[in-house]
Amino acid sequence: MREVAIIGIGMTEFGELWQKSFRELVAEAGVKAILDAGIEGENIDAMYIGGMSTGRFIGQEHVGSLALEVAGLEDLHIPATRVEAACASGGVAMHQGYIAVASGMYDIVVVGGAEKMTDVVGGEATNILASAADREWESFFGATFPGLYALMARYHMHHHGTTQEQLAMVAVKNHHNGSLNPKAQFRREISIEDVLNSPIVAEPLHLLDCSPITDGAAAAILAPVDIARKYTDKIIKIKASVQACDTLSFHSRSRFDSLPAAVHAAKKAYEMAGVKPSDIDVAEVHDCFTIAEIIAIEDLGFVEKGKGGKATEEGLTALDGQIPVNTSGGLKAKGHPVGATGVAQINEIVMQLRGEADKRQVKGATIGLTHNVGGSGGTAVVHILEAI
Amino acid sequence: MGVARYWREIPARYNLIGKKCQVCGKVYFPPRTICPKCRRKSMGKMQDYKLSGKGTVESYTIIYTPPPEFEGKAPYAIALIKMEEGCYLTGQIVDCELDEIHIGMKVEACFRRIQEDGKRGAIYYGYKFRKAES
Amino acid sequence: MAAIVGYGAYVPRYRIKVEEIARIWGRQAKSISSGLNVFEKSVPSIDEDTATISVEAARRAVKAAKINPEEIGAVYVGSESHPYAVKPTATIVAEAIGATPELTAADYEFACKAGTAGMQNCIALVESKMIKYGMAIGADVAQAAPGDALEYTAAAGGAAYIIGKEGIAEINETVSFTTDTPDFWRREGQPYPGHGERFTGEPAYFRHVGTAAKMLMERIGSKPSDYDYAIFHQPNGKFPVRIARKLGFEKKQIEDGLLCPIIGNTYSGSAMLGLAAVLDIAKPGQRILTVSYGSGAGSDAFDITVTDAIESYPRQGIRRMIEEKKYVDYATYMKFRREFE
Repeated sequence: MREVAIIGIGMTEFGELWQKSFRELVAEAGVKAILDAGIEGENIDAMYIGGMSTGRFIGQEHVGSLALEVAGLEDLHIPATRVEAACASGGVAMHQGYIAVASGMYDIVVVGGAEKMTDVVGGEATNILASAADREWESFFGATFPGLYALMARYHMHHHGTTQEQLAMVAVKNHHNGSLNPKAQFRREISIEDVLNSPIVAEPLHLLDCSPITDGAAAAILAPVDIARKYTDKIIKIKASVQACDTLSFHSRSRFDSLPAAVHAAKKAYEMAGVKPSDIDVAEVHDCFTIAEIIAIEDLGFVEKGKGGKATEEGLTALDGQIPVNTSGGLKAKGHPVGATGVAQINEIVMQLRGEADKRQVKGATIGLTHNVGGSGGTAVVHILEAI
Repeated sequence: MGVARYWREIPARYNLIGKKCQVCGKVYFPPRTICPKCRRKSMGKMQDYKLSGKGTVESYTIIYTPPPEFEGKAPYAIALIKMEEGCYLTGQIVDCELDEIHIGMKVEACFRRIQEDGKRGAIYYGYKFRKAES
Repeated sequence: MAAIVGYGAYVPRYRIKVEEIARIWGRQAKSISSGLNVFEKSVPSIDEDTATISVEAARRAVKAAKINPEEIGAVYVGSESHPYAVKPTATIVAEAIGATPELTAADYEFACKAGTAGMQNCIALVESKMIKYGMAIGADVAQAAPGDALEYTAAAGGAAYIIGKEGIAEINETVSFTTDTPDFWRREGQPYPGHGERFTGEPAYFRHVGTAAKMLMERIGSKPSDYDYAIFHQPNGKFPVRIARKLGFEKKQIEDGLLCPIIGNTYSGSAMLGLAAVLDIAKPGQRILTVSYGSGAGSDAFDITVTDAIESYPRQGIRRMIEEKKYVDYATYMKFRREFE
């Protein structure tokens, strides 16, 4: 297995981008990444593009081929594949790209993720997102996606004493970080009161505990480490790329206060990378809801099980904390164009490790981690990156 | 939803018929084709098993922002329920005040309208839960 | 003839007071309540309908009777508010109680006597030995046009009866009196019924209930004082009291079966729920007269004698069930009745 590096990144701004179609988002992110990597179209051997539900959001399947056409690379007849794992589509696309390069099958691989969520109305978008849950046994009965995370939140609060305020602090922190990110959907600071006063979506989660509906795309260019230097000095090595899965339905899990798939993926990733949780300098985790970040920092081993709320309250994960989490603003403030998220997380960590994160920069960050989850935990992907 | 897709699940949705693994005795609801503990040993050995309908609330939430099929029905309670047989499922809790619902509450299944396919389509019935008559 | 093997009953939890409905329409609540002898009516929850009510009643009957549901050879659901105009409620119930697939089933409609018509059919099937057990259900989530007089009484509820050879009560005789009398109707595709106002009294309810009762007592050679209980269809709390008096029954004979004042008119469930309330307290050897009424019009009369077996039957406790209630206001009532969809 070869060592794999990321030699280029690119992403669109995230938000309600009425003027930009799915195709334009894909093109913009892809071109930015290719230029950042300093490669030519001819160098590309394969494309992987994550998109959760292009069929229902824009009525389009066969999006691999579409991405190839949008990129103008059809004469190369390279393979282009759409990857789907609900909200982990981007992360799984990354993992597929990693496997492709590590195995020696392909050299230069473009990994992208995109979602155009505002071409349908809000209710329809919520309905589509609910297909990340169990259609027959969760959604059928009226459980919404926020509803499932709300079950997790209530359970976590009951068994570990996590408070409503601690949940809100995750959103406050991420909005602060988002205010420093020019690409973020929300760039305004919020307070704990703002969160607690926002309308209830699914008790105990309020509107501001939930990530928004967003349009956006992100891309990354992968290459084997040994030829990466041909293209760029700014090489970020993928020290670990691990995907793990679990049951689709939340009620069939072995734990309700943790995502076993994420725990498993993280464990294997630390082994693969030869590092411990305390070695991580900066992390992008999947905060689709505030409770998800609290559970994530526990699952990733940054804090003990049950202490995620307290740790957030004490500033462990703040920009100037011991382990800054979601410096980009996270899904909450940066936005969550579902298929793009996993690759956008990679974009942020790469920028941090290159020292390009500007006002959000974590000083001296050399090892970073991304944690991307699908559904209520049916899929989890963890990447560990290092600046070399 | 197509009617065939709904019709197939009627035994489970009306009568809480799950599966019991003949090899290890574990009960699964919703029904599973293969026992995750016994795997290939359980193939062909998963027998229909009717749950009692009694369970305890393990966690719950009150949905204020419903999906389109449940528009006009919010707020309603969704719970993660541990059934007597040891398996867990997800369902609504009805016929009580929302603030009465708590972790540990004993519930039992009842038969209700879940959804309908617009004004012309089929009506989908299934299980919801109410406070157990002690 | 045949016997009642078991019975089950269900009334939804929600209630609306006559005074709340009167408040909306600017009417005098006191005179309406006293005029109708109805004080509140049952309201189905937004996720309840005739099918769900029928299933609840049927499940309770099967559980209490301790029979194997697979031995039920027929299921009939009588209602004027079936969830589908075409697709039987009876098959939904049959599936939900585990009686499928070896049985016959159909839905009945005969305004408020659809359930008792089903009972008569089950009696015939059992007597002819075509089936071992039959189930007849009368259930409704009755409709009434907002502002109409019927709005004060149109209620929701249902009862299920399992008929077999032997059971907790013997059905000694049944007779029916049927004519084409258009006192109350609902046209195909219309959400609300129409009615002939005062015409629904003497030429309709009183003629058919009175004649059927007399026909039965004549056929079997009985008189009012032979009965411990008499149950008449209850469109309001006054008509059954009046017909009882006319026929020569005393107030105390009809009191225990009179539920209308506290739950309203459950239409196809009305007489059958009244009978359930009586079976809840009846003792072995006691004799019951039950007369249903369906607009359009007809009455089914039954002469019933309670057997010893009732002592070991788990009574439904319908009056206790009715006491577990929650009041809703008019807007919630309309929302629950899905008037806003």
